[in-house]
Parts: sequence; structure tokens; C-alpha cells
Amino acid sequence: MVRKALGWLTFVMILAATYLVFMWVPNEKVMGPVQKIFYFHVASAWIGFFAFLIVFIAGIAYLSTRERKWDIIGVSSAEIGVMFTTIVLITGPIWARPTWNAWWTWDPRLTTTLVLWFIYLAYLLIRSSIHEEEKKARFSAIFGIIGFIDVPIVWFSIRWWRTIHPVVVDSSGFAMSSKMTTTLMFSLAAFTFLYFYFLSNSMFVEKMRTELVGIKESLRNRF
Amino acid sequence: MNYFNQIATLVRKDLASELRTKEMLSSMLIFAMLTTVVFSFAFDPDTETVKKVFPGIIWVAFIFAGIMGLNRSFGGERNNDCILGLMLCTQDRGVIYLGKTISNLVFMYIMEGITLPILFVLFDYRLKGSLLLLITVVLLGTWGFIAVGTFMSAMAVNTRNSEILLPIVLFPLIVPVLIAAVQATGIIVNGGNWADTVNWFRVIGAFDVIFTIVPWLLFEYLLEV
Repeated sequence: MVRKALGWLTFVMILAATYLVFMWVPNEKVMGPVQKIFYFHVASAWIGFFAFLIVFIAGIAYLSTRERKWDIIGVSSAEIGVMFTTIVLITGPIWARPTWNAWWTWDPRLTTTLVLWFIYLAYLLIRSSIHEEEKKARFSAIFGIIGFIDVPIVWFSIRWWRTIHPVVVDSSGFAMSSKMTTTLMFSLAAFTFLYFYFLSNSMFVEKMRTELVGIKESLRNRF
Repeated sequence: MNYFNQIATLVRKDLASELRTKEMLSSMLIFAMLTTVVFSFAFDPDTETVKKVFPGIIWVAFIFAGIMGLNRSFGGERNNDCILGLMLCTQDRGVIYLGKTISNLVFMYIMEGITLPILFVLFDYRLKGSLLLLITVVLLGTWGFIAVGTFMSAMAVNTRNSEILLPIVLFPLIVPVLIAAVQATGIIVNGGNWADTVNWFRVIGAFDVIFTIVPWLLFEYLLEV
């Protein structure tokens, strides 16, 4: 029930965000319509980082409580995070090509995102190479913690190189018009709902899978 | 036995078994040299470009050879359930981690001590900066790599496809120490001094400390029966 309501709410939010991005917010003066990708690019990046933070928290929670639900939250979050990071890595170059005249540069933000993507691909790979449920949960919790701690160090180590990624938000506030800020904020909210909708679905699937295993087990015992 | 005695005993055990077989060290050494030779084919060693990529070549050779060693590090403990024996005779699992890290470091340092001069000879490279700084960056950079590498090796050995899994999980994690070590090495071999490299040393130092303490704390969860 809650999952369904969340689904509809997310649907309406994403629809509204799409309207704001394509119809309501004015074009950027220099870059033109291509700048509109920014609203979904930033929202995806936010969900990516948020999802990996959840993986980190779920990892700590799993190791201290050993409850299976934390493992499910962790893996669901990691999958969503990898998906949104992939979106970031695809939408970025689409924007960068006309704006920077290059698909890719080794800027700190770009490089950190790429390394992040590799770290969580490794996370999913570790899971797929372990059979035992308990060990799978334990190892991925540990790797989720190590990987997340690594991210800030990756960021600082790459930061000494020059940066050309636009800094839209700094300590003095937003470097955008108010309509743009509203649109960005709205798409961030819409994507956050999308994240929780995916998470609830993913957890639902995982729960059904566990139930299925239980049913199979009981059938095997009966016959 | 106190904590340090336990670590020392484990290190002695690893060194003794390696000294008798020389399995790991010899393959690491040969692999590092082969990597170097492959590099000299890939980049013409006479040109100016090789001067620019030289620091990178050093570290790629070290890390490729290191991965080979790390794959072996816990692999040997699987025979006859040695790892269970280690877990039973130490009070704290962190001891096993620190012991393995130190013995892996010793193997790496021996390999690097032989490979580094050979690299300078093969590429006819003149060291312009201080040798002491170069040694420091090699020692500290290797420490960071091995600290997280030993931990990941213990994890990978418990999975189905450990040999291929280790590089895939390890490479993204060591990005910071690799960047910092390559940059610092580049500055030092081109005549830079301590002030030019201090920022990179900070990155390496922070990485070393964090990725020694965190794996040491988490090792208890990694090795459960």
C-alpha cells in the first residue's frame, strides 16, 4: 500500500519536474537548451552519493546487529547507486561535448565519480562471487564501509589537479537564477522520491525471494 | 605472549616459509622485471616521453607484482586449514592482519629494492632529486598499497574467483595512494625537494594511517568461522 502510494507520488513528482525543466525554466544564456540536462545530472549525482552513504550506514548497522534487513537495504542501495552514477557518467559527457568541446576531462569531480562507480561495481562483484548468504552480507558490509571511507581521500588526491567542472553551489550560495534554483531543488526532491521508491521495490523483491526459498524448503521437507 | 610478540611470531613464520620456497618473491621479481621490459617496448626508451612516464612505469610495475604476491598471501593459509589454526592461537584477529601486512611489506621492499635500480639502468634515467626522498616515497606508498591490499586479499581468498577478484576490488581503492605516489616520485626524480612534495606526502600519510587502522578494526568481522 505504502509502496503503491509512493510509486504514484514519485510518478507525479517526476512528471512535474520534467515540466519544470522543459517548459518552465528559461534557457541558460550562453549554453542554451543543452544546459537543461543539468537538472537531471545533478539530481542523479545526488542520489548516487546518497545511496552510497546508505550502503555505508547499512554496513555498520549489519555488522553490529546482524539483521538481514540491513544487508537487503545495503545491496538495494548499492544497485540503485550504481545505476544513478551510470546516468551521471552518461549525461555528463553529453553536456560536456558542446560546452567544454571534450567528452571527458580528468577533473576531480569526474574522476572521483568514475572511481566511485568502479568501487561499487566491485561491491556488486564481491556479492556475486560468494554463495553463502551470511558471508555475502558480512563481506559486502565490510567493503561498503572501506569503499565509502576511500571516497573523500580519492577526492582530495585528485583535487590538486586543476578543476574545470562548474562550481554551481559554493559558500556564497547558488550561482543561478531563482527559477533555475527552484527547478533544481524540485528535481532533487523528485529523484529522492524515486530513490526511495526503487529501494522499497528492491527490498520487496528481496523479501519475496527469501519467502520463495522458505516455501521451496518446506515443500522439499514434505515430499 | 603479548600483542607485539604474537605479530613478530607470525611475521617470522611467513618469512621462514617464504625463505624455504621462495615461491612468492621470485615470481614477484620476475614479473616486475617483465613489466619493465614490456614497457620499454610499449614506449620507445630513447625518447623524451619516457622521461615523463617513468614515475608511472615504476609504480605500475610495483603494483602489478604486488598483486601477484597478495594473491598468494592468504592462499597458502588455506592449505590444511592453516587460517583456522592462526585464528585459534591469536587472541585478537587484528594480530593476523598486522602480521600479514608486515610480512607482505617485507617481500615488497625486497622486490622494490632490486627492481628500482634495474629500472633506472634500463631506462638510462638520472636521478636529479634526493635519493632519501625517493626511498621514503617508495616505502610509504607501498605501505598504503599493502595495508589495504592485505585486507582485500584476505577477503578475496574467501570467494569463488579470488585471483581475478582481487585486482578488481583493489585497484579502485588504491587510486589516491597511486596518484600521490606517482606525482611525488615524478617531482623527486626531476629534482624537486621536500617542499614540492609535501602535499603528496600528506595524502599518502593520511591514506596509510586510515587504511591501516580501519582494516585492523574490521578484520575481526572478516575472519569469522
